[in-house]
Amino acid sequence: MLTIGTLGFTAPMILAALAALPVLWWLLRAVPPAPVLRRFPGIVLLLGLREKDPESQRTPWWLLALRVGAVAALILALAGPVLNPRQVEPGEGPLLVVMDASWASARDWPRRVERVAQAVSEARRTGRPVAVVSLAAPPAEGPVFRSGDYWQERLSALIPEPFAPPAALPGWLDDLPLGVETLWISDGLARDGRQALLRALQARGPVSVFEPAAPVLALMPAGFEGGAVTLTARRAGHDLGQAELMLQAMGRDPTGTERALARAPLVFAPGATTAEAAMVLPPELRNRITRFQIEGARGAGSISLTDDSLQRRKVALLTVRDATEALALLSPLHYIRQALEPTAELIEGTSLDDLLLAAPDVIVLADHPGLTEDESLALQGWVDAGGLLLRFAGPRLASAGGTPTTGALSGLGGDPLLPVQLRAGGRTVGGAMSWGAPRSLAPFREGTPFAGLAVPEDVEIRAQVLAQPGPDLARRSIAELSDGTPLVTRRALGDGQVVLFHVTANAEWSNLPLSGLFVSMLERLAVSTRGALPEPAELAGTSWQIVERMDGFGLLHRAADRPAVSGTLLAEALVDGRTGPDLLPGLYAAREQRVALNATGPQTRLQATDWPAGVTVETGLARPEMPLAGYLLALAALALMADVLATLALGGRLVRAAAVIGALALLPVPPAQADDGPIDPRILQATESVVLAHVVSGEARVDEIARAGLQGLSDALWRRTSVEPAAPMAVNPETDDLAVFPFLYWPVIETSPIPSPEAYTRLNRYLRSGGLILFDTRDAEIARLTTGTTPAARRLQAIAAGLDVPPLEPVPSDHVLTRTFYLLGDFPGRHTGATVWVEASPPDAVRAEGMPFRNLNDGVTPVVIGAHDWAAAWAVDPSGMPMLQVGRGMTGERQREMALRFGINLVMHVLSGNYKSDQVHVPALLERLGQ
Amino acid sequence: MSVTPATLRHSAEALSAGLPPLLVGAEHLANSALPGAHGRRRAGAGVEFWQFRPAGASDSATRIDWRRSARSDEHFIRETEWQAARAVTLWVDGGAAMGFSGHRRRPRKGDRARLLAMALALLLLRGGERVGLARADLAPRAGRAQATTLALALAEAAAGMDEHAAPDLSATPAGGHAVLFSDFLGGLEPVEDAMRIAAERNLRGMLVQVLDPVEESFPYDGRTRFESMSGHLSFETLRAGDLRAAYRDRLAERKDRLAVLARSGGWQFTTLHTDSAPSAGLLWLWHALGGGWRR
Repeated sequence: MLTIGTLGFTAPMILAALAALPVLWWLLRAVPPAPVLRRFPGIVLLLGLREKDPESQRTPWWLLALRVGAVAALILALAGPVLNPRQVEPGEGPLLVVMDASWASARDWPRRVERVAQAVSEARRTGRPVAVVSLAAPPAEGPVFRSGDYWQERLSALIPEPFAPPAALPGWLDDLPLGVETLWISDGLARDGRQALLRALQARGPVSVFEPAAPVLALMPAGFEGGAVTLTARRAGHDLGQAELMLQAMGRDPTGTERALARAPLVFAPGATTAEAAMVLPPELRNRITRFQIEGARGAGSISLTDDSLQRRKVALLTVRDATEALALLSPLHYIRQALEPTAELIEGTSLDDLLLAAPDVIVLADHPGLTEDESLALQGWVDAGGLLLRFAGPRLASAGGTPTTGALSGLGGDPLLPVQLRAGGRTVGGAMSWGAPRSLAPFREGTPFAGLAVPEDVEIRAQVLAQPGPDLARRSIAELSDGTPLVTRRALGDGQVVLFHVTANAEWSNLPLSGLFVSMLERLAVSTRGALPEPAELAGTSWQIVERMDGFGLLHRAADRPAVSGTLLAEALVDGRTGPDLLPGLYAAREQRVALNATGPQTRLQATDWPAGVTVETGLARPEMPLAGYLLALAALALMADVLATLALGGRLVRAAAVIGALALLPVPPAQADDGPIDPRILQATESVVLAHVVSGEARVDEIARAGLQGLSDALWRRTSVEPAAPMAVNPETDDLAVFPFLYWPVIETSPIPSPEAYTRLNRYLRSGGLILFDTRDAEIARLTTGTTPAARRLQAIAAGLDVPPLEPVPSDHVLTRTFYLLGDFPGRHTGATVWVEASPPDAVRAEGMPFRNLNDGVTPVVIGAHDWAAAWAVDPSGMPMLQVGRGMTGERQREMALRFGINLVMHVLSGNYKSDQVHVPALLERLGQ
Repeated sequence: MSVTPATLRHSAEALSAGLPPLLVGAEHLANSALPGAHGRRRAGAGVEFWQFRPAGASDSATRIDWRRSARSDEHFIRETEWQAARAVTLWVDGGAAMGFSGHRRRPRKGDRARLLAMALALLLLRGGERVGLARADLAPRAGRAQATTLALALAEAAAGMDEHAAPDLSATPAGGHAVLFSDFLGGLEPVEDAMRIAAERNLRGMLVQVLDPVEESFPYDGRTRFESMSGHLSFETLRAGDLRAAYRDRLAERKDRLAVLARSGGWQFTTLHTDSAPSAGLLWLWHALGGGWRR
């Protein structure tokens, strides 16, 4: 090898070819570029013309320089140039390469492997046998001395392990022959047993150490205190200066892509071995975090997996549609709220659809028996997909036994959303009218989630709902009263589960919600999660399955095939961070709980190595050998490409080549297509003005009358009020968007179609967003006389079963419908005398002082149900004359007029809400204005 | 465009169909010996009535117009107007240089020149003129049949070996017209010779220079070896772009010389390009021919 300064050549003989460059210069200079041949008739005119610059007959000098430069670069590249060539003295005897191969080596693993490769290739040149041994994962049969070729192939398979090498001396040391030279690839951390191993190796031959000087970094498990995530990083090294690192919180974003969700700076003061960082994150983000890592660092040590201790479950509480402002302590959800607020994220809503959209982990239904079939199906789907449905009993669930409106399923057919079948009624123990004393809880059985929780003496159950006895009851019951009746039952459903507390969630039936046991039980059910590391005692007797293991580089792998480990071992490892081949770092799971075991525990202390004076330590700080042949070859290729362009330019052909390339680049790109669906022109029309609409019944005559009726009502509105409706429309909830219609008239006949689930979703959204549907059975409730229901009314029941219809009451005399435009006493249509139903007013409404009506402020009733065949009374023919007869003579006309007035009042109610009701406040407002 | 006689005639017919027949001014045909369709404002051979004159003793009895004579006592002779047709001689350069086209979408110069010549011939024939080529065996004749003969002869002449052909006007009838189509990029001596002969024979006419746009703009650059179309001449340059200005100057000078040459003989000179529509060129030719004769 020839060396010139820091530059060396492995094949210096080739450099002799550089002497040929001047010859090349001369040759190239003599040969100008080839001409283009053109036929041209005007050649006579050209004869005798001269170029401006006769010198350019020769190749331009810069083109020559370019070509000669390219050839020179090629020659230099072939000569094998190396920057910073390494001068080595060959050793003697077998070579043993010992690698720590722990997580701490992962940060610059390629450099270590490169160093090993270098040693192996040197040994191969000199014919020495080599053995490579990993201390963390020692080979079963001890070091194998083979030729360098054997090891060179296997070097790329060397990987670091995610744990530290064992402290004991390896067994193969005894079989090691004398005269072995050792190269120790150290990870830079001091450990027990290291000195002994060094002495043993030195006894057999010289030992040199390769230890990169960069400090070892380790990230301790994350803690969660006072709303902030705290992370501690430690480091060890010989030269500890100021270091500013960046901490990343990794997790999946809503699209499922893993990315850094948050960052925080991590600053090591000069000489300091620890640094702390705190992150304040919203729970939504915190729950997504799967690990923390130091940006730019590599290896299992600089990664801290997160587990349940950071997670906050999202718990949805379905509140009852209830306008009452009942006492907070009586609210069924009050104690749940209190118990969960510190440890879980709570969402509340009255609509199950909205709650499901928020994708909660847990949904709590407190005494909420009446789910529509759609809601029930949606909820089942959610539970199947892994949700936890937590239900509490109560008077309503207890009485849900027989009545169809509150779910006949729960009593007899088997509500899939109840873990056990319930007996109607429930029982009361220890009340004023019963003999027995209140029951206490039986100790929790082994194998149930509550096993191990202490039962307080003072918890008493005064009432409960009872399960139907059955073969499954014992298996599904996970907590019982002292008399053996179930207190909590549970049933798996798909990937999720349904849990029922047989008592109320408030203190009405028992004082369980008042006790600390309630909180613990919720925690055990994974409704809430613990906030700190599990105590060893807590883990005793449990067995944990590793789900994902971390390799030495910090990458996660599926590891479901590994055997389970006992909780005791895991608990110890969690504290002192002692991992090993049997207890790999990773994510462990038992039941619903997850625990992360990291490469370093909270008590792991890092300490830099301290090698004795006699050992040569190579830190790898010297600049590494860098072969330059590749760069020179690339340079030569670039120069030749430039030469091509320059030659084209000289020959006048560059413009055409550029035009061809430009034409290729300008190939047409198909325009992206917008995929907005077409909007129904009818719907578009309906948005332009107020449009009254009726729901198609499927019978032509009924639809015709409904349309004519709405036309008559629209005409009356136009004439008498400032509402100027456009022509009415027929809508089909199956296909049409209802949101643009303020008011739907729905004539129900015996054969009216039952809406599909999609239509129900649409209708319910319509009702919740302020729409009003007027149901009309058109039969004047004639069957009431015979104590039955008419076919149309039964159909209406079937249709309304899927709708979100609030509690109803007959229109009270002070309802705002009676005075939104006209003052009305009753609401006749073509018939009169039947009851008209609207949403029930809150029970606590009180009569306003000095006013003839109660203080009812909120909400437009979403439905009005009646049987008066209003459309027939409103209906007009195309000439504007009444279409159908109403009553007889002047009385009939009076009735028609009243029907129209009801229609106008109804539309006014829809459009202006409870504006008229607010007149309660007029005296107060006037008084205030007077001041 | 291939040059079979049929296609040449067909496309020439199509080109000349839109123009009215060419009626040439009479005063320039005064010396033409042959009768034709042009009244000479004097009594002579023709079909148009000119005048009645009293019969003299030398007039033969067969020439007496008896119908006019019956109305009076004297004998009258019915004289017709002396009418003469014109002879137009066309010449299209058949040299190899005319086979040049600067772009594959443009016709060759020779094709364009032949097309224009044939169209002009058709127009003239339709007007009753006599049209021929500058060859001894194709003297000017009238009639539709001559069109076919001309088309055949023009198509035949397409293949030439020399760079430029020399116009030969020696067989042209004296006092007629001549139209010469060429690119006039070769030596000018043959053209000057032809002009001298034309002056001797009292010929009027036009020099029509047909050029490809490339020959005007000279868009070449870089090291180029130019060859003449026949391959006899070659010229090499290292930077063709440097020659552009000089070439254009020389071309302009050439055009000036041609214009001066034409003016000196009472001729007209124009330059037509193969990238413009042929009908525009034909229109110009038609106006120039008619206008020149009327002057």
